Amino acid sequence: MQIQITSHDGVPIYLQIFNQVKHLVASGRLSAGEEVPPIRVLAEQLVVNPNTVARAYLELERAGVVTKRHGAGTYISEAASTVSRREKLKLLTQRVDSLLVEAGHLGIDLKEVVELVRERHDETFSPAKE
Amino acid sequence: MKFPSPSSAEAVVSIAGLSRRFGSRTVLNELSLHVPRGSVFGLVGENGAGKTTLIKHILGLLRAEQGTVKVFGIDPVADPVSVLGRIGYLSEQPDLPGWMRVDEFIRYTQAFYPKWDVAYAESLRKQFGLDASARLKTLSKGQQAKAGLLAAQAHRPELLLLDEPSSGLDPIVRRDILEAVIRTVADEGRTVFFSSHLLEEIERVSDHVAMLHRGKLVLCGPLDEIKARHHRVTLHFETAQTKPPVIAGALSVSGQGKEWRVLCNGGRTELPAIVSALGARIVEEHTPSLNEIFVAQAETIVGDRPTTTSPPH
Repeated sequence: MQIQITSHDGVPIYLQIFNQVKHLVASGRLSAGEEVPPIRVLAEQLVVNPNTVARAYLELERAGVVTKRHGAGTYISEAASTVSRREKLKLLTQRVDSLLVEAGHLGIDLKEVVELVRERHDETFSPAKE
Repeated sequence: MKFPSPSSAEAVVSIAGLSRRFGSRTVLNELSLHVPRGSVFGLVGENGAGKTTLIKHILGLLRAEQGTVKVFGIDPVADPVSVLGRIGYLSEQPDLPGWMRVDEFIRYTQAFYPKWDVAYAESLRKQFGLDASARLKTLSKGQQAKAGLLAAQAHRPELLLLDEPSSGLDPIVRRDILEAVIRTVADEGRTVFFSSHLLEEIERVSDHVAMLHRGKLVLCGPLDEIKARHHRVTLHFETAQTKPPVIAGALSVSGQGKEWRVLCNGGRTELPAIVSALGARIVEEHTPSLNEIFVAQAETIVGDRPTTTSPPH
């Protein structure tokens, strides 16, 4: 499980772990039923306080992203796929927002942006490309 | 200022009303803190803030002139043997017998600690890449720090006390030291107290933080609570401001023109009303890093320092 912790922007570390695990699930790099590292192992790997990892796991459990199996570790839950659809849309929303800001700066209106998206979609996914 | 603190029954270190003067200089001023069992307690403060003096009191090397110091419920000056045998200590510049070989040094240190774990000491030696037959004085500064860390850790102390352990060391050795901190606390019930001026390190591994500034504690408590109480907001004003806006509870205000950044301690619910009364709105909000909180707190205490005006980022 690849997680990067930064101490520069002030985001609490438990939240960084929480967000990145959700991100890994949303992007399909962690799938349902997969085990996440034990608290102690992840704490040593990231060089962060074990309580911080414990808190991140607790929040992930509350959010339905992971489930604890009695005494047998923590796993990505089966229900995570429904959670992750919302997360996927959220990820996409950020991209759309920056696209719209960029378009605004360049003086390109919404109609043109939508047309461009459709055009790119057809170009990218056209049967001729296969 | 009063801080919520865990009951002293669970505290590994309990300090109440501790003051210390060296000549006319007050180095520690009415200091009270409790280090809960099982915590990683980070002590931050710039050089000369009184961190080492505080640690010397915990070790019983200095007698409290005023106030009390208890470690495991015991006065470390009155009963040093009971206290020191349960502490692992690493100072900024460990005073190692340079003429000894690494294996001699390990056996020598072992003699002081009945609870010395020979197998653990050997696994640490290998992990740290220390050559058993090398003389200590021939080791690099980083390797000497690791030898000191081995000596502090191998008797599995209840309290690991580190005074500026990463000062002047390269990132790889610093990581080894921080990993030792994590391993120590992951073992049930063990406690780490460490001082550093590297706030990023403290923010990463600590769950409790105390901030020392000119001998006074300016902040003390669980890191999560401290971070949750502080807010960094960016304000956008309708018209350019020539002077920094005055906001009650703000620790620091910086910026120019229409955009100003404010760091507040508490008062988040009242903030929107205050801000809109000034003709501004909150355009951005973040949790500040420990470093930002520390700088803002330090500026507030100095008080007479002119407000910085720097362009917004």
